[in-house]
Amino acid sequence: MEVHHPTSLPDALRAVAAGATPLAGGTDLMVEINFGHALPDHVVGLRRVEELNSWEDSRIGAGVTWRRIDEKGPTALAEAARTVGSPQIRNAGTIGGNVATASPAGDGLPFLAAVDASIELVSPTSTRHLLWSDFFVGVKQTAKAPDELIVAIQLPERLPSRQAFGKVGSRNAMVIATVGCVVTRDDDGKTTVALGSVAPTPIRAFRAEEMISAETSPSESALFEFQRLVSEDVRPITDHRSTEEYRRHAAGVLARRLLERCLR
Amino acid sequence: MTVRTEQPSSRIDDGIGESALRPDGIAKLKGEFEYAQDQWVEGMLWGATTRSPHPHARILSIDVAPALAIGGVHAVLTADDVPGRASFGLEHPDQPVLAKEMVNFWGEPVAIVAAEDDATARRAAAAVVVEYERLEPLTDPEDADLRDEVFQRMRIRRGDQSASGSVVVEGFYEVGMQDQAPLGTEAGLAVPDGHGGVDLYATSQFVHADHEQVVASLGLRPEQVRAHPTGIGGAFGAREDVNLHIHLCLLALHTSQPVKMVYHRSESFTGHVHRHPARMWYRHEADEDGNLVRVRAKVLIDGGAYASTTAAVLANACYFAVGPYNCESVSVDGVGTRTNNPPCGAMRGFGAVQVCFAHEAQMDRLADALGMDPLELRRKNALESGDSMPTTGQVIETPLPTVEVIDSLAAMPIPEESERAGLPGGSGLTTEEHHVVRGIGYAVGIKNLGFSEGFDDFAQARVLLTPGGAIVETAAIEVGQGLVTILAQIVRSSMGVSSVEVRHVDTSKIDSAGSTSASRQTQMSGGATLEASSRLRARILEHFAGDDLNDEGVWRDGELVVPMSRVTEDKWEETVTFRHPPTSPPDGDGQGVVHADFALAAHRAVVDVDPELGLVTVVRVDTAQDVGKALNPQSVVGQIEGGIMQGVGLAIMEELILDHGVIRNPNFTDYLLPTILDAPDVEALLIEKEGSWGPFGAKGVGEPPTISSTAAVAAAIRNATGRAINRVPVRPQDIAL
Amino acid sequence: MIVSFSLNGSPASGRVERPISLLDFLRDELKAIGSKSACDQGECGSCSVILDGVVVCSCLVMAADVEGSTVTTVEGLESEGTLSAVQQAMHEAGAVQCGFCTPGIVVAATDLFSHNSSPTTREIKEALAGNICRCTGYGAIIRAFETLAGEST
Repeated sequence: MEVHHPTSLPDALRAVAAGATPLAGGTDLMVEINFGHALPDHVVGLRRVEELNSWEDSRIGAGVTWRRIDEKGPTALAEAARTVGSPQIRNAGTIGGNVATASPAGDGLPFLAAVDASIELVSPTSTRHLLWSDFFVGVKQTAKAPDELIVAIQLPERLPSRQAFGKVGSRNAMVIATVGCVVTRDDDGKTTVALGSVAPTPIRAFRAEEMISAETSPSESALFEFQRLVSEDVRPITDHRSTEEYRRHAAGVLARRLLERCLR
Repeated sequence: MTVRTEQPSSRIDDGIGESALRPDGIAKLKGEFEYAQDQWVEGMLWGATTRSPHPHARILSIDVAPALAIGGVHAVLTADDVPGRASFGLEHPDQPVLAKEMVNFWGEPVAIVAAEDDATARRAAAAVVVEYERLEPLTDPEDADLRDEVFQRMRIRRGDQSASGSVVVEGFYEVGMQDQAPLGTEAGLAVPDGHGGVDLYATSQFVHADHEQVVASLGLRPEQVRAHPTGIGGAFGAREDVNLHIHLCLLALHTSQPVKMVYHRSESFTGHVHRHPARMWYRHEADEDGNLVRVRAKVLIDGGAYASTTAAVLANACYFAVGPYNCESVSVDGVGTRTNNPPCGAMRGFGAVQVCFAHEAQMDRLADALGMDPLELRRKNALESGDSMPTTGQVIETPLPTVEVIDSLAAMPIPEESERAGLPGGSGLTTEEHHVVRGIGYAVGIKNLGFSEGFDDFAQARVLLTPGGAIVETAAIEVGQGLVTILAQIVRSSMGVSSVEVRHVDTSKIDSAGSTSASRQTQMSGGATLEASSRLRARILEHFAGDDLNDEGVWRDGELVVPMSRVTEDKWEETVTFRHPPTSPPDGDGQGVVHADFALAAHRAVVDVDPELGLVTVVRVDTAQDVGKALNPQSVVGQIEGGIMQGVGLAIMEELILDHGVIRNPNFTDYLLPTILDAPDVEALLIEKEGSWGPFGAKGVGEPPTISSTAAVAAAIRNATGRAINRVPVRPQDIAL
Repeated sequence: MIVSFSLNGSPASGRVERPISLLDFLRDELKAIGSKSACDQGECGSCSVILDGVVVCSCLVMAADVEGSTVTTVEGLESEGTLSAVQQAMHEAGAVQCGFCTPGIVVAATDLFSHNSSPTTREIKEALAGNICRCTGYGAIIRAFETLAGEST
């Protein structure tokens, strides 16, 4: 078994390009290993790479942990961070790992979708920024090339003035999202709503956004129309965690409530 | 037999009724306590299990060669390698040690492997090639009932079957499959003794039952196998049945090397039995004053693929189908089905949990139909000492303070609406105060203590007095409940000696203590220990013509006459086999003196519900419990709080989800256990009514907290939402849609 | 490869041939059995250790990745044979039953109290939300740390 512990990004990139499996917080990869679903014999540990741990304004290094995001992230991303696993998981798990795993239930992903974040991918020879919607292509599938490493998450320079995150689960802590949602609303009324666990990738409910963005001070009936449109636009499935019907319902209710929070 | 049981004259620290601290607590806190998982001996091999990926299939062939070809693999065994009885089972040996021609549930063991390390063993287990012909699994228990695929049917008829009441409520109820989910998974070590025998150190609630089954399947003489109690990370019923025990011994004897095996969590979910899922139909009839006139119930529990304790769980469900209420006209029809679902067996509450959810929902409905306060209805019909069990007709001889338990609970303060335990949805921030509706619900539950139906239920314990203090020897299993503390307290108070060590000894050194189940060890092994300790004290006093004994020695008329150093120059030892009052099997109508003792508890749950999203937070659960005598109040409260938490879990989140016999959530990501943020505040009132045959009047306390807490939470959700809530766990969609 | 790190203040090292977890390495290679394995996926907290100053689940740390790190397990928390304040508080409150979750809770609570000597009940619960206990219902655990928090104020 070969394991690298680079401290510089170029060294890390070289290892990745040579086929090493990236290991950040370990909270996803080690589960795969423990359950016998993965057995990498070439690994690059990323926690010592300073550049990945850096966080400058709107550029969040991929190695930034949920604990740090909880402490100083933008409102709705910090709220999401607080629901990621347990304190132990938040101490280890990183935003880059959440993005790389690309689980439909990834707690950090609705925020990235709601604010149109980009993913910075770097290989030894190239750097590119992919918009979240180009990056997430399916259940646990992304547009990242094998020789690329997720280096940072680029948020817009200016974030919407109001943002709210919510997550439905059957336990008060440490639970996989049945539905996750972020709603943002800017001073000009522009509203975005992004949801997780209701489609193969995080999604936006554009019809609902368009409808509510046009309302300068939405009435009660507009709020419920917003809820209805969100429920219509999601594409949930029934699995062991919940049913399609409930997810559809909860997505709408949650989105409406988060919008109400943004409007206060 | 007459035993002098007068107790020491002077008070002793950490005796009965005091909250003595656990003797194993310090080692556990330092991480030094050795659990079954922690055992290690030089040269040991690791075992692993090849399991069926199908819930029902015919085995066409098994090829072990690819597994044997892996370096470091020492043995791969199949059904053909079982030298003795091919199957095992607590009540009926119907479960194959290793599947031979058929697999009947998902995860059924087909082959076992021993290799030089854990990873190699698991790799080899995966390399065994089994060719299956898949068969349609039978997974709907109602289908199984119609096809007469049943382990047991149970029929109870008591009183005038034509009685009827003017107020009638009817309902259908369902309980999902709960898992005990002890934190320590199944684990063990088998060490060959070099003479054809074996020592087994494995997770267990009942080493003598393991011993008997290992002996049978290995074809050995009883004295060739020694089953040793070992450190256990919880049990709750999951460790009553054999799982890896026979496998370990087979591998150890085959390889002539020690073999260790530890189940991973996902394997544990298939490796032990679960709580039976249940479907129940009820019809209650009362007169206009609220007196129960007739109760009819049909109870279906699914036993899954093999018998385990299904017959006993079914019997219990039927015996306690009415709850702690008087009724002169009762009929209960029960069935325990055989399907290709995972086998079900013992879990805390053992049948009483499922029916309690149903009978308490019925009592609330009846109160509603009568326009009566739900507690008043229960009080009016309360079954008490001297009354006859509504199902079996047995007259209850031991204390059963039902009215006092209900009244005590009712008198406890109800929290203010503003007292919150966090909002529903928790850290998910789904819910604000104006989304929340408060609900309050009550439930009362009853269950037997100890083994019933004429089973020869006994426990042996030995007490010794040595220069180092008193020693208790027992094969009773400490699973975490605190028996190790209680037995020492019993000896301190009954013998007068303060230094007491409890030693867990193997099956060759002492007779059975019975299972650590049915809330029985405090009464049974406690009873044996009290009697042994009291007899030993009496013998010592008689020998030295004294009238009192303490750490200093034997006293007479207030003077020390024989110092302890001289007392313990002799060997002092007393072994007692304790039996509770005899019971008998039921007649064809389920009638008879089938139980030895009873205990009950009542719970009041306060919940905050977000009806629109269907999310629930349990704010608090208060309880009054009939404990006989609290031998260690801190321990009793620990059992109550822990039991309530498991009841809350069943009420709102814990369920194994099956899809055509396959468990979809065999892991802690998706089998949700309550976290500390889900824990309600609990206030517990211990109702002490001495008179039971347990030591100092104690009753078992482990199960009642789990029985009615689920029903109380469901009632509170019903109260908050107005929804029928006829199924637990209550899922968000059951409330919101 | 050989991995070397500081374990409870002493140097520790061993050969790692596969991508095993720190938990398995501690238990199987170093015979440090205090940290418990109960879920293999970071959902129970029984394997909690302090890695370079933060509490993590050792089942989710790759052993090969602790090269040069500092690891504290439950075995490193007592001082000269006596229980730490966190351990003593749990002992007296009856917060230990089967004890399988106990090492993880001791580690997580030690981390909490090292940053905050008088946490509120809410803070205690938040800090222990990743530690599943199946026996106690958490009541005695909460009382233990409420008492300890009260003593320090």
